[in-house]
Amino acid sequence: MEILLAIVTGILYAAGIYMMLRRSLVKLILGIILLGNGVNLLIFLLGRITKGKPPIIPEEAKVFEELYADPVPQALILTAIVISFGLQAFAIILVKRAYKVLGTDDLDQLNTTDEDS
Amino acid sequence: MSNLIILCPLLIHLLFSILLMFAWRSLKWQKSLTIIGNSFALVASIWVFIFIYENGTQTVQSGNWEAPFGITFVADMLAATLVLLTCISGFAVAIFSVVSVIKARLKFGYFSVFHFLLMGLTGAFLTGDIFNLYVWFEIIIISSFVLISLGGERNQLEGAVKYFTLNILASMIFLTALGVLYGLTGTLNMADLSQKIVLLENQALVEICAVLFLVGFGIKSAVFPLYFWLPASYHTPPSAVSAIFAGLLTKVGVYALIRVFTLIFVGDLFLETLLISIAILSIFSGGIGALIQNNIRKVFSYLIICHIGFMIGGLGLFTSVAIAGTIFYLIHDIIVKTNLFLISGLIYRLRSTSSLKKLGGLYSEYPKISLLLAIPLFSLVGIPPLSGFWPKISLLLAGFERENYWFVGAVIFGSLITLVIIAKVWSEAFWKNPQPVKKWKNFVDFCELKHIQKAQLIFPIAFLSVVSLYIGFGAEHIQQLSERIAMELMDNQQYIDAVFKTRANAR
Amino acid sequence: MKTIILRTASDFLLPVLLLFSLFILLRGHYLPGGGFIGGLVAAIAFVLDAFANGLKNAKSLLKIHPGFLMPVGLSLAFLSAISPLFFDLPIMTGLWASEPIPVIGNLGSALIFDTGVYLVVIGAALTIIFTISETA
Repeated sequence: MEILLAIVTGILYAAGIYMMLRRSLVKLILGIILLGNGVNLLIFLLGRITKGKPPIIPEEAKVFEELYADPVPQALILTAIVISFGLQAFAIILVKRAYKVLGTDDLDQLNTTDEDS
Repeated sequence: MSNLIILCPLLIHLLFSILLMFAWRSLKWQKSLTIIGNSFALVASIWVFIFIYENGTQTVQSGNWEAPFGITFVADMLAATLVLLTCISGFAVAIFSVVSVIKARLKFGYFSVFHFLLMGLTGAFLTGDIFNLYVWFEIIIISSFVLISLGGERNQLEGAVKYFTLNILASMIFLTALGVLYGLTGTLNMADLSQKIVLLENQALVEICAVLFLVGFGIKSAVFPLYFWLPASYHTPPSAVSAIFAGLLTKVGVYALIRVFTLIFVGDLFLETLLISIAILSIFSGGIGALIQNNIRKVFSYLIICHIGFMIGGLGLFTSVAIAGTIFYLIHDIIVKTNLFLISGLIYRLRSTSSLKKLGGLYSEYPKISLLLAIPLFSLVGIPPLSGFWPKISLLLAGFERENYWFVGAVIFGSLITLVIIAKVWSEAFWKNPQPVKKWKNFVDFCELKHIQKAQLIFPIAFLSVVSLYIGFGAEHIQQLSERIAMELMDNQQYIDAVFKTRANAR
Repeated sequence: MKTIILRTASDFLLPVLLLFSLFILLRGHYLPGGGFIGGLVAAIAFVLDAFANGLKNAKSLLKIHPGFLMPVGLSLAFLSAISPLFFDLPIMTGLWASEPIPVIGNLGSALIFDTGVYLVVIGAALTIIFTISETA
């Protein structure tokens, strides 16, 4: 399972970076989304995958008795998902505005900021 | 529990951000609220600074969860100083934006986002938890995205796309590094990490992790091979926005580097060499880049990169003298870079262009304003006794001490090239005869503004100039302060003890 | 997408989804759920209505501008975060009522915080989606 997840993480990273390096604005967003998912999966994987119970202590006990899953990576991933949700929503609107104003989705055409003025 | 006051500046910014959202409709209310809010935050940050100066490092365990389980806020001397500088720059820029930012932008919640950005900055300086640092970074970048694309002009959107992509990539790399670090140590509290990371067997993976942090923060602070987004985007938004970006956003990357490489990844020869090399290359490429630009804001953008090199190099040398120099330079740089972009905004307002070829004659027309503008410009160069001069002594001293003559040479080169550039800016913009400029349709000339509006444009620049003059003439105090911060940073046991104080008391 | 099936279904689904979002919000402290997910479910309820009956109808159902929910939610969260300061406790410490109330259970400041998050998420998600669909 861990090997499979590691391979999937690698593919997500590679695909994300590849998409970000393409010249199209839409592919740029797709790349950002893929990369974000890759990072989340990496955190999940590095938090060690355990087949355990949820980390909630039953009412009658004082401490954990059985093997339990680490809750912190899940909290981290949840936070990261929430943040990337906001960023991606912003990215889509930004790219749409940029496409409307600039009239192109080719990133190579975005070079007026480098012109001498 | 008087240590709770360290969160005051943060909470004030959040409160005013919320209040400004309620006052969405009325621009008049928004303008007065933001000035009030920033003044409160300034007072609170001065209070916090004095409190920390007298009582040493303070911590707040949020949610009353003991470290390392909860999120700890730590205000050591460095954090308190940076929060104070953030509030000073925020105060100046808020007053400047009241007049200089056009109505169409203010209507879409400019001030609310501005306060949110300042809240993110103070949070990033105060937090003692590395994942929380990531969250504050995200708050900073998402507010900066809004600020940079607000208005939606053609080149602004282009700049925003570039800025956005690179900053997201930096965050992803930071998050990756964080995931690896958590996998290795099982903790996210920086003080706890500092203790656990030396015990690890797999030091090679720690090194990879450190390099990932370096790349992530390096993109944010615009060091040598990773800076290309900065000159492509910083000149596109209104100058008030670029002022706060130039003064604080790149510096928060430098702060994160200082924090991570003095607390967590300490004493690694490879990393030190790497830091010094990128510092030298940043100084050269930033300096030469600034030399060939004609747009005054692009010149200043490249100067940011050049001067980031000084700070990174000081961190790379890693002696207490060098760190003191870095901290002093950081203090000087935040104030003076904010001021530079405000100046570029004022010059644009005076002449309706920021091209050096077309500017000119400012000195003969506005002699008093020109003399005022001379203070920050020459502080940047570091003509003694102005503020840029003193930290360079420490940096050079440390360079000689470590016998790193490449860095010494780079610092001297960087200072000289800054002198050349500022002399060029001065002679082109202030002394030369101007060329006629086609004015924008609804451009309001400086002379047509009311007196109060003129004052609102001049006052922030004068205020920041006075602060830089104090840094220059009161260099003794600032030097003492930086040496104290450097001591605290070199001896990280103090920081760790402060975080785990409650645990020690319980025993 | 104005089929009669979707329109009829959305009339029934809207109240059910809203109730379900409240249920998720309230169970969220010890069980899976909470403000963020509840807020998303509530936002989806309105988006579904916008799909079926048009954007105008969804907006008139909401009565207020969704952007206004953001400061309201933020101020709720802010108040619940700073309320421990008045009891000399660090920020964001959970305050709990001493006696559990019958039927509802034990009340705490975490619920107010979560309600704030719930409102912010509805406001933000709906603002984004309405803006995108308006300019499309």
